[in-house]
Amino acid sequence: MAWFRKDKKPLKAEDRRDVPTDVFDKCKGCGEILYRERLAQNLNVCPTCGYHLRIGAHAYISILMDAGSFEEFDADLRAADPLGFSDLKDYPTRIAAAEAKGKNEGLLSGTGTLEGIDVVLAVMDFDFIGGSMGSVVGEKIARAGLVALKKKIPFMIVSASGGARMQEGIYSLMQMAKTSTVLARIHDEGLPFISILTHPTTGGVTASYAMLGDVNLAEPGALIGFAGPRVIEETIKQELPQGFQRAEFLQEHGMVDRVVDRRELKAMVGTILRHQFAGWSD
Amino acid sequence: MHLDFERDIVEIQEQIDKLLDLADRRGIDVSDEVTVLRSKLQDLKEKTYANLTPMEQVQVARHSQRPYTLDYVARVFTDWVELHGDRGYRDDEAIVGGWARLGGRSVMIIGQQKGRDMKENLRRNFGMPHPEGYRKALRLMQQAEKFGRPVISFIDTPGAYPGLGSEERGIGEAIAFNLREMSRLKVPIVSVVIGEGMSGGALGIGVTDRILMLEHSIYSVISPEGCAAILWRSAEHKEKAANALKLTAKDLHAIGICDEIVPEPRGGAHEDWDAAADVLQEALDRTVSELEKLTVKKLLAQRWAKYEAIGAWRDS
Ligand SMILES: [Zn+2]
Repeated sequence: MAWFRKDKKPLKAEDRRDVPTDVFDKCKGCGEILYRERLAQNLNVCPTCGYHLRIGAHAYISILMDAGSFEEFDADLRAADPLGFSDLKDYPTRIAAAEAKGKNEGLLSGTGTLEGIDVVLAVMDFDFIGGSMGSVVGEKIARAGLVALKKKIPFMIVSASGGARMQEGIYSLMQMAKTSTVLARIHDEGLPFISILTHPTTGGVTASYAMLGDVNLAEPGALIGFAGPRVIEETIKQELPQGFQRAEFLQEHGMVDRVVDRRELKAMVGTILRHQFAGWSD
Repeated sequence: MHLDFERDIVEIQEQIDKLLDLADRRGIDVSDEVTVLRSKLQDLKEKTYANLTPMEQVQVARHSQRPYTLDYVARVFTDWVELHGDRGYRDDEAIVGGWARLGGRSVMIIGQQKGRDMKENLRRNFGMPHPEGYRKALRLMQQAEKFGRPVISFIDTPGAYPGLGSEERGIGEAIAFNLREMSRLKVPIVSVVIGEGMSGGALGIGVTDRILMLEHSIYSVISPEGCAAILWRSAEHKEKAANALKLTAKDLHAIGICDEIVPEPRGGAHEDWDAAADVLQEALDRTVSELEKLTVKKLLAQRWAKYEAIGAWRDS
């Protein structure tokens, strides 16, 4: 499949022509120049090769939720700096820079309906410090899960993450345990949990809620793994095989239930929830 | 083997050895000198080990002569029966597990196990488990649950193994599933960090009612080297990363992640395995006894509340 690995060949002269980036996007899968509006209508999936371009949290909400049904909660939770962490920049400066782009944190959560089914939906945002999981992401997921538990409705998480928020140290690590604890209670209550894995989902998110769905769905070509490809290559001192840690590889190895095209995602989740869960009325 | 900050300690020890050797060969009485030096050595050890920097703590936590899981198992427990395999793929020797007795009760032990020499390390993969290690651990924890016995988990790993087979067989899923299942295990479960607890690989056997840490152990989301390589763009800045990560037992106790610090003999657990094991035995027995008094409902409610409270954020 064409979008597995970017060609390492140098760009040809004609590829270097300036693309007016406000109107056009270049497909990373096939190199086709695509009219942005047309691409958005196609949910940012390349009409030529099927490559799934990365989209933000709000885009997933409009794709998955019935129009106008989504009500966000916990939008006011913002990152703190519990360890007083400072690397090349201090952590509050990094938070402020990320927030300046108009985003509060790496995750949006709320309630809404999907094909008429009441659900709680949480969507990670890779654009906020690499979709890293810190206390706010963990707390928002825990709170969202508790809402699902209280309302006895299905829970869904769309993941996109580079892993732990290192600047929160052990707090970041412990969010894996915190979110998994809430998912255990949802499991015990007999409520569905659907995990949707998008490009990329790695590190602590893969080793906690992203892999805990009754059904794990993944977008085509999404990189999904615990260790990042570079870390593995450095460890084993060899190049990774084609398609390693991609969604299709994970389906083949039994870790995701289905690779689902973004354009079919909502209908697929609706069908699964209807099969699983009789607690809603139509 | 000694660590770089132990140079003065080693020097005094060498002086003592020389004197004793001299006394042996020439028949002179050196007991006064040796007594003075020994007391000086004890003072110096105490002072050095009370004032370790975070990176020095990391070195002690990784000391090649530090007692590992099976060294404690042999000293803290009796009637040890090791059980092997995940029933699915193979036996991962980076995690050991089995039945043992502690203070008159049977307990299930799970622990990451490093090798003492190169040969053993190849077998145990330097204490870096594959998915089947985590699945073996869960199988044994669920066996303990079936028979109503407590679980004690020893954490000591540089991390889960980042390799081809590990990813192919779902290391992420294996850890995730353990986190979820440990949080609903209906028996008391206690973890103790005895060396280095690195990342999700440590947490994969670490969702427990109580988290104990040996005095010179460390627990972190990432190794100082790994953190420095990413955030400072060079592993050379590992000391800065070690400081920033707040990974020592003392730091983690101060923020309530570590429930109890288990003191080590002066000079570290590697100086006196038996003494280290004695202190740990008392702490484990007492902790399990406390948890055994709780009903299952109370036990689980406390465990959930413990993890759901972890985090720091602003509301605005
Ligand atoms: Zn394309």
